Amino acid sequence: MAPAKPALERSGPHLREEDTLLSAPVESRSFPERAAGATRDRFLQQALTIATTRFVASRDEVFAAFPQGDALRDRARQIKEAVLQRLDHYLEQLTANVERAGGHVHFATTAEEARAIILDIARRNQVKLIVKGKSMAAEEIHLNEALEHAGMAVAETDLGEYIIQLAHERPSHIIAPAIHKTKAQIADLFARELRREVAADPEVITRLARGTLREKFLQADMGITGANFAVADTGTIVLVTNEGNGRMVTSLPRVHVALMGVEKVIPSMTDLVIFLQILARSATGQKLSSYTTLVRGPRRPTELEGPQELHLVLMDNGRVRQLAGTLREALYCLRCGACLNVCPVYRQIGGHAYGDTYPGPIGILMTAMLRGTPAVKDLAHASSLCGACAEVCPVRIDIPRMLIELREHLDREKIAPWPERLLFKACGWLLGRPALYRLAAPLARLGQAPFVRDGRIRSLPSFFGRWTRTRDLPAVAARTFGERWAALAREA
Amino acid sequence: MTSKLRVSLMVTCLGDMFYPEVGVAIVRLLRRLGVAVDFPAGQTCCGLPLFNSGYHREAREVARRTVPLFRESEHVVVPSGSCAWMVKQEYPGLLADDAGAHREAQSLAARTWELSQLLVRKLGVTRLPSRVKGRVTYHDSCHLLRGLGEAESPRTVLRNLEGVELVELPGADQCCGFGGSFAVRLPEVSTSILDKKLASVESTGAECLVACDAGCLMQMGGGLARRGSRVKAVHLAQLLEDGA
Ligand code: SF4
Repeated sequence: MAPAKPALERSGPHLREEDTLLSAPVESRSFPERAAGATRDRFLQQALTIATTRFVASRDEVFAAFPQGDALRDRARQIKEAVLQRLDHYLEQLTANVERAGGHVHFATTAEEARAIILDIARRNQVKLIVKGKSMAAEEIHLNEALEHAGMAVAETDLGEYIIQLAHERPSHIIAPAIHKTKAQIADLFARELRREVAADPEVITRLARGTLREKFLQADMGITGANFAVADTGTIVLVTNEGNGRMVTSLPRVHVALMGVEKVIPSMTDLVIFLQILARSATGQKLSSYTTLVRGPRRPTELEGPQELHLVLMDNGRVRQLAGTLREALYCLRCGACLNVCPVYRQIGGHAYGDTYPGPIGILMTAMLRGTPAVKDLAHASSLCGACAEVCPVRIDIPRMLIELREHLDREKIAPWPERLLFKACGWLLGRPALYRLAAPLARLGQAPFVRDGRIRSLPSFFGRWTRTRDLPAVAARTFGERWAALAREA
Repeated sequence: MTSKLRVSLMVTCLGDMFYPEVGVAIVRLLRRLGVAVDFPAGQTCCGLPLFNSGYHREAREVARRTVPLFRESEHVVVPSGSCAWMVKQEYPGLLADDAGAHREAQSLAARTWELSQLLVRKLGVTRLPSRVKGRVTYHDSCHLLRGLGEAESPRTVLRNLEGVELVELPGADQCCGFGGSFAVRLPEVSTSILDKKLASVESTGAECLVACDAGCLMQMGGGLARRGSRVKAVHLAQLLEDGA
């Protein structure tokens, strides 16, 4: 499926060589190594525990006081599914209505195309300074690097994004990019970058950032944002923020570019009301976020503020293929971050260990969508399948089931390592042969004999050490239940 | 209970090899409640570890041969919430291609109970004598809680035990970090999750940590023993008098 109309400006941008040269973060450690490293990072552990605990508590509290929440979540899920069933229709409608309001719509099949489209808009407008609102889509295509590479300055205006830009890092959470940093670390960072004393007080830090950013807003030629939703029947781009920076980015510079995944389109304003009631509640535990910014077209002749040019970039980048794929449900995602906050794995390792744009449970699915199943060979197992994510997801995405399906794919396509595949297949074979299976216990008793003390095993060599390094293992019983049954049957 | 109920024990692989005393306790407990208990031959493992790691062809074969073992069973009791979940929620889907096997799996699913559910929801028993006195706390196993939607039955049993005080575990519904092969694929992460769980357990001042899943007990019991904690991790059945 390719929406016909939005391709209209596809011929516009021409790919230049430098647009495709991007500095990918160099990371030589494997995922299990990164994850293990993260569990040893004391500051990270402290920052994650504080932030995720607060998010989860607020979310639970606000939903407990919101009995209609469950029905609204069901409704939101139905709307998402209905959109996916007629995605091209809604994208065409959105395009027509954005254009009617005076905006331009572009369709990008790949990340590269999306970068090229945005660079082209910036060059045509002789842009020097860009202010940005928080956008995971922009992170997904490494937009900042591309713009900077082309000689433009980019200023992040969301406080969290500003912090990680100062630190030359990448976001580690979908809605709280700097969640991995403690207050004290942020104060140190500001002190170093701004060359002055900074107290570890969120208010002081915020005031400092605001002061710096105010200048940028006034000087910027172009604003770039993502979009939480785009309403098809009105052509409205919707931004949900807590800092009001979204409003400034979309109204002060001459040009506004909004970049979004194609799945973010929703049919109508009535639907928007449903999503807004569950989005902030799931994300931060707020009833509504502080700012909901609705953008419809560029500045009209009678208006005093707003950009002269408005562009909406609709990006596929692997999404459309999943309309008929196993990851379809992941396209419902509102990017609220709730599944990260409750995930026991995310809570131990944070976002960077996942190694790609989108962390957490949904991030594993997104990484599979963007990079293919082989890219999640290890990540697909970064879940105990506890089900906490599915329980809090506002659109009830069954993430654990999809992770299991990804794992199935890893076996079927022979991507999983062969020793593992051999082991599991041998187990499967054995479980079908009870007579042989009964020999497992006596054999295990022989093998474990040198290691057992008081019925427990405290240390085992090689692979088994992965368990016994931190946990005792019960010894295989002197007599299994099966071996005790005959005597037990006689008791009756 | 007047007419004699018949219940088959699905002991599970971990129950068979590592925790036979749990199976023994269940058999004796149910008999004392007037239930006839049998143990169908040929049991191995429910196949959950295969299924969760993505080995669905293999899990399907396990399901295909396990379902008929319980054909004659009136009810089936399982000591682990996760294995009960596998039988109840996944067997029918795994055998969807074969109409006969699918029907039989659906029937087994409807007759299968995790222990606390059998006691409270089927047998209507809530008051039971206890082998221990004092303070206990309860950990919700993920598959029992979120998979089977069961939070109440184990608590009902524990609250009514004579001489036992149930204190709620802060974050009782959070994973213990076991997750089957997850525990050895990412051992540091699994242990980090466990450490937080055990700190919470110790904050309750309980002497016993109760769970209804052999996997969680292996993880939490292993962690407690390694710390030299005085808290013991036990299966619900082991608390109920006349156990092993
Ligand atoms: S998957 Fe669900 S919980 Fe996770 S970010 Fe998306 S909408 Fe939120």
